[in-house]
Amino acid sequence: MSERADTYDATAADPDGGLSARIDWFPYLLLLPAFFLVATIVAWPLVETFRLSFTDASMRGEEFIGFENYVEIFDDDFTEVIQRTFIWMFASVGLKVLLGIFGAVLLNAAIPGRVIFRILVMPPWIVPIAIGVFMWGWMYNGQFGMISGLGQNIGILDGPFEFLGYQTSAFIATIVTDVWIGTPLVAIYLLAAMQSIPTELYEAAWTDGAGRFYRFRRITLPLIAPSVATMALLSAIWTFNSFDIIWILTEGGPRGATTTMIIDTYKTAISRFRYGEGAARAVMILICLSLFAACYLGLLSRLQKRGKA
Amino acid sequence: MINKYRWWELCLIYTGMLIFLAFVLAPFVEAFKVSLRPLDGLFSIPYRFLDDDMTFAAYREMWTNVPNLLRYMVNSFFIACSVTVLALLCIVPAAYSFARFEYRGRDSMLGAFLAINMVGAAVLIIPLYKLMLTLGLLNSYASMIIPGAAFSVPTGIFLMRSYFLRIPKELEEAAYVDGASRLYTLWRVILPVSLPGMMVVAIATFITAYAQQFLFALTFNSRDELKPLPVGLYDFFGHQQVRWNELMAASLIGIAPVLIVYIFLQKYIVDGLTSGAVKE
Repeated sequence: MSERADTYDATAADPDGGLSARIDWFPYLLLLPAFFLVATIVAWPLVETFRLSFTDASMRGEEFIGFENYVEIFDDDFTEVIQRTFIWMFASVGLKVLLGIFGAVLLNAAIPGRVIFRILVMPPWIVPIAIGVFMWGWMYNGQFGMISGLGQNIGILDGPFEFLGYQTSAFIATIVTDVWIGTPLVAIYLLAAMQSIPTELYEAAWTDGAGRFYRFRRITLPLIAPSVATMALLSAIWTFNSFDIIWILTEGGPRGATTTMIIDTYKTAISRFRYGEGAARAVMILICLSLFAACYLGLLSRLQKRGKA
Repeated sequence: MINKYRWWELCLIYTGMLIFLAFVLAPFVEAFKVSLRPLDGLFSIPYRFLDDDMTFAAYREMWTNVPNLLRYMVNSFFIACSVTVLALLCIVPAAYSFARFEYRGRDSMLGAFLAINMVGAAVLIIPLYKLMLTLGLLNSYASMIIPGAAFSVPTGIFLMRSYFLRIPKELEEAAYVDGASRLYTLWRVILPVSLPGMMVVAIATFITAYAQQFLFALTFNSRDELKPLPVGLYDFFGHQQVRWNELMAASLIGIAPVLIVYIFLQKYIVDGLTSGAVKE
């Protein structure tokens, strides 16, 4: 151990050294369990999805049919589904980020009671998603749910309103529930980012007479911007993949109003047993996800460059 | 001095907190209220927060009306624990490997784990279903545990790796100088000092595994006695006239364990959620 590298260099470990050094298997060995599990459950199915998308696989068997599934996809109202998925995602992520910043600012305020506040905001993220959604199912109940009930008491609604029964309101309802579940994590994450800002910055600005809002706009916001961007992207990926919330609330209805790409894929493949068509839809999702992945990697490398400069 | 608030600023902050909390807690309060109502008394107009006919009857009746309720809860707990153990067995060595060694393909493999992290489970459900069918794992605990663990491995590796990176390498170097093998060093030197980090990863994995057990259980398992709580309740209450008061009572009982875990360990949980991220 004469060399003090950042990490233990496995290729330099061999005393004979040189180009013909034997490969050190130890680090690879350590990777084996994780590699095996992820390869079986994620990587292989990924490849298999591509293969299946070119077949007419169903319960009866499968046959290679080329691009037929892909051609067929766009005969249906699949473009609508794509549009809807992106609207759903942008609305949900936008609200999560806005509310998350709002929450983080509140959580960061140095006032009595903030410890309790910090404990109380997390439950939506902690409890099983499905159970949180059951609760919202009751809230949206038209006859007697809280929202409809309060609306009638206040006088906004002149009768019972079944939120999950109409296309627009069901769409909004699924977004609200998704925001409810996702916001706590965004808020806590951004709080951590805010707390890593050195206090000297604020003190210096304060001595110069900068007001609270000015300090927020000129110090906090620019410094948490990378975290906001990272969180928005991650959140977009998770929201895009979200299944439980919509499935439990509406199963994609009414009349397809809440059918996102994920729900559409699940319905085609699992409920209707059309594996091949489902796989082609899944590939479309993967294409969208790889766009996010490209954004994410680009963002990471930009942040790293800035960190080093 | 800098943090001294004027009275109207305090008012604004507390009002903001109240609005935020109202949004966050309303469903819980409402669920609790509903669980305290008799079924035929649930539906009252005008809407009221409190009523005079409150009863704990639903908490008693749900055990007889949902025969497998206790079983669902035990299943949920068992599945989440198994996922956590299996995931940790994969996460810890892999994270150590990524954090401490330099070898061909390391960065691209790390990148591959990062990329795979983005693929949602629902996208891969068709081949996964076929895989479970081929392996004969449909309708078994394994069909819910193994995929659950696999999808939590990438995130876990990133959390754990950032923890290992913070451990000084002098620890290992001292052990090597004393002639210890690398496996021995990992087992007897590194693992003991990284226990707190492993705890954080374990808690985060457990909570996620407990929170997200829906899709796999819904798709790969139809045996009632193996269902975790969310799917048990979903299937039971979906197929008949919804007994909302009992559904809410069962839901609240079902989230009690995680909420208790959370209240005691919330500092670690919050640290765990943010540590891998803030450090850049």
